[in-house]
Amino acid sequence: MKIPRHCGGAGCHSIIKSMKAAPIDVDHVAKLARLGLTDEEKKKFTEQLSRILEYAETINKLDTKNVIPTSHAIPVNNVFREDRTAPCENIKGIIANAPASDNNMFAVPKIME
Amino acid sequence: MELFQLTAHELHAKLDKKEVSAEEITKSVLGRISRVENGVSAFLAINVDEAIDRAVEIDEQIASGKAMTPLTGIPVAIKDNMCTKGAITTCASRILRNYLPPYNATVVENLLKAGAIPIGKTNMDEFAMGSSTENSAYKVTKNPWDLKTVPGGSSGGSAACVAADEAILALGSDTGGSIRQPASLCGVVGLKPTYGRVSRYGLIAFASSLDQIGPISKDVADAAILMNFIAGHDEKDSTSVDEKVPDYRGSLIDDVKGMKIGLVKELIGKGIAVDVKKAILEAADLLKKLGAKVEEVSMPTFEYGVPTYYILATAEASSNLERYDGVKYGHRSKDSDDLLTMYYNTRREGFGPEVKRRIMLGTYALSAGYYDAYYLKAQKVRTLIKNDFDRAFSKFDALISPTSPTVAFKIGEKTDDPLSMYLSDIATIPVNLAGIPAISIPCGFVNDLPVGLQIIGKAFAEETIFRVAYTYEQNTQWHKRKPNL
Amino acid sequence: MNYEAVIGLEIHAQLLTKSKIFCGCSTKFGSAPNSNICPVCTGQPGVLPVLNKKVIEFAIKTGLALKGQIAKHSIFARKNYFYPDLPKNYQISQYELPLVTGGHLDIAVNGKTRHVGITRVHLEEDAGKLVHKGAAGLKGSTSSLVDFNRTGVPLMEIVTEPDIRSPEEAKIFVSELRNLLVYLGVCDGNMEEGSLRCDANVSIRPVGQKELGTKTEVKNMNSFKAVQKALESEIKRQTEMIQAGERIVQETRLFDDTTGTTTPMRSKEEAHDYRYFPEPDLVPVEVDRKWIDNIEKTISELPAAKRSRFMKEFGLPELDATILTDDKALADFFEECNKLYKNAKNLSNWIIGDLTAYMKTKKVGIKDINLTFSQFAEMLDMVDKGTISRTSAKSSLTKMLDEGKSIHDIVSESGLTQISDEVKIRLIVLEVIQKNRPQVVQYKSGKTTLAAFFVGQVMKETKGRANPEVVNRIVVEELNKA
Repeated sequence: MKIPRHCGGAGCHSIIKSMKAAPIDVDHVAKLARLGLTDEEKKKFTEQLSRILEYAETINKLDTKNVIPTSHAIPVNNVFREDRTAPCENIKGIIANAPASDNNMFAVPKIME
Repeated sequence: MELFQLTAHELHAKLDKKEVSAEEITKSVLGRISRVENGVSAFLAINVDEAIDRAVEIDEQIASGKAMTPLTGIPVAIKDNMCTKGAITTCASRILRNYLPPYNATVVENLLKAGAIPIGKTNMDEFAMGSSTENSAYKVTKNPWDLKTVPGGSSGGSAACVAADEAILALGSDTGGSIRQPASLCGVVGLKPTYGRVSRYGLIAFASSLDQIGPISKDVADAAILMNFIAGHDEKDSTSVDEKVPDYRGSLIDDVKGMKIGLVKELIGKGIAVDVKKAILEAADLLKKLGAKVEEVSMPTFEYGVPTYYILATAEASSNLERYDGVKYGHRSKDSDDLLTMYYNTRREGFGPEVKRRIMLGTYALSAGYYDAYYLKAQKVRTLIKNDFDRAFSKFDALISPTSPTVAFKIGEKTDDPLSMYLSDIATIPVNLAGIPAISIPCGFVNDLPVGLQIIGKAFAEETIFRVAYTYEQNTQWHKRKPNL
Repeated sequence: MNYEAVIGLEIHAQLLTKSKIFCGCSTKFGSAPNSNICPVCTGQPGVLPVLNKKVIEFAIKTGLALKGQIAKHSIFARKNYFYPDLPKNYQISQYELPLVTGGHLDIAVNGKTRHVGITRVHLEEDAGKLVHKGAAGLKGSTSSLVDFNRTGVPLMEIVTEPDIRSPEEAKIFVSELRNLLVYLGVCDGNMEEGSLRCDANVSIRPVGQKELGTKTEVKNMNSFKAVQKALESEIKRQTEMIQAGERIVQETRLFDDTTGTTTPMRSKEEAHDYRYFPEPDLVPVEVDRKWIDNIEKTISELPAAKRSRFMKEFGLPELDATILTDDKALADFFEECNKLYKNAKNLSNWIIGDLTAYMKTKKVGIKDINLTFSQFAEMLDMVDKGTISRTSAKSSLTKMLDEGKSIHDIVSESGLTQISDEVKIRLIVLEVIQKNRPQVVQYKSGKTTLAAFFVGQVMKETKGRANPEVVNRIVVEELNKA
């Protein structure tokens, strides 16, 4: 199987940075993950994460030039369902968990552009 | 012996002979829980009334002639990352503190159909991230063998409750060792099946390509029995494999003559506690005496297992945990004026530090510019690890190693150093990466703390590992020892 | 300096499956909020997606019709971003290894052919719907409500190469693609309801330059006309900016139909980092030759081919052929009638004229009407033979459609047989002339257009049954004698 090419655009993998890049930008990553961090956490994580990443980088020692990546350990293909409707019998239970709702819809605070 | 001390197969025999009722069994177990749970803290929720009601109902069904299964009337504990309809399921996280699943996980449905009695939800590391159950947002579970030590994780609650006879059987989940390592530390049996052997539908996902549900039990026979009911194809899980489920009890054969067993060289050297190594070597000797051919095998890619895992598992987890945002269920931060603030605050308040760490790590590994260097590279190393196993299994029927590099460590001992905690899984992680099955069985004690022997098989070879495990167990007494509670 | 526009389109088509892409919920449009949901499409903890086979078949069918390459091995990917209409905060889509790559759809523009390449066709799940409270739209709202009915409806994304060179071409392309999808039965092509959505990437560059200029993305174009209008506005804006020495900012702009212009979406702090990676909960799709062949067999004649054939085989002008073939059902109706009634142009006129007008008024489609091919053919035959007048036929048609009667029944019921008897007609003409002396005087003094008035009066007298040609001739004759 050919190793897939990556197309261009934001979120794309064509910009390949080396592992030993600048220390992890905790603010940026926290933003991507919508994770609020306290200043103390940011400091602690910056240190802990760089140590973990340094350890993770040991996999660089291995030559993987012609190795096909494994996405699924046990190869299975073509798992489908037929195009049939199967209504859920517990929609109430789904809506009941809403932290806030209005007329059966899930309510969220204002979305700022 | 008290009812709560017995195994499922022993209880089934008594039920069959009408020597006991399901109600008596359930009350015996509940009584045990009430006496030792303060010390062990294995449960997040205990179904006292529901369990008794169900047991009474099951007794009525048995009386009216309904066919019994080996699980009928058996109290089973369920790790709190499996959805139980109408019963709060928290994943030991604040962010799901009030979550009522509107559906049952497939394995739970299977247990209910088989007549088992869910006795409660067990404590775990939050979102299955941890090796000691100290990452739970609610409580710390203690190892029944020494209440100042950890039970292992992330299925610490399930392993501890079986070890403490607070349940006859338990379900756990294993992503990097989370069934096997706590089973090892608690002196019980824990199996991680082949990936795809057991449905993941209803298992709250940590790392989708690695997670598997498996049995935790007092002996190998019980694990085989539970496997019969949870294994099998599920059309709701696309990764579940459509392979016929054998009757695993058929592999409970006390005979390893002629079997070729490889002892993983890299796991009996540096990084493994001396006494643990000793126990494993003695186990290897016993297997030799019983007729197996045991020799050392080198698995050079094993040292890359942990770093590979901490890229892949955290990457998948960072995505799987994006849904916890306060919009549809679970915790929502109060007084958040706008959506973005709500996201940040909800996730800040709802997740513990280890979960946050792993989300950060995973998000980073997938982020623009780093995907190739981390995620893609790790997927390739995963292939190399798989190849390593393939090579080993062309020569051996099974591989053995210690399950954990140490016996149970003290509570609080590793919490300040995430990396040292991650290294608890060096023996178990490569198995998940390759998707193959492995079991941990008790094989000794060090300072009265259990040691676990890991037996690894190739894909769908649960029968082989049951056989080796059963043989070893039937020729030792470790599984008969109980903690002093 | 002459600039040329470079346009690429991204079209999202909702697929006509009964159930959603990854679960068994209904895709029915317009249900009460959160009534077509289940644990899977609401992203509950622990749920897993299972792929709807029909969705793959529709995509393969589309790929074949677009002459693209069907991937032997295709995978799904997670596109990660946070938004309340996306329950998992990732969308299951395709990134590497989409189901279809390459292909083209050529369009005819002012007699010339524009070759529009297709970059890729891939599958993904739709998001939910947001209703904003406290304001007309998102801006200034105080809270929002989420309806997950639409979450998980299967979408097919078709991306074109930047081969389009004008807003008109873009409009034609979207229209052609829509017809193709409707013909294939994979989408109902309703832009107003959102089952077909179009976004555009547009930039300009000096004619002759190979490099592309900075592009902007244009969204919220909800009709073919809107596509053209929006692009015209945006190209004008970009041209004026470049000419004034300003640089184009790469941004997303929303089209406002009321103002006819685009405005930038509040600029995001950074471009989205979607962190694509292969979806671990789904397994790869392997497509073999046999499957492709079986699907290919289900593809019947496509719109462009049908249009040329209508022009060639029936001698119809391009406009007629286009209108008829834009709606496959209409084209089929035409062909069936043509088997019984051979005057293609006349048949076409009646279908495009009266029949279409009726369907528009009653808001029905050709499939719903009460008219059989033979009934229609019979009626047209009668008009040709002069048995009934054209005018009678028009009113009879309405009756036929309303009541399902045949033309024979209607004629005998209402005695509509055309009067062509010249003697009879002459008598009525003379009568009318007698009654309208002032108009006769006006006619004689030069107002010859008044002949139509007399003709009208005769038609009134005969309840439309008089043969119009005969009436016209005799009116003029008698007026000249008068």
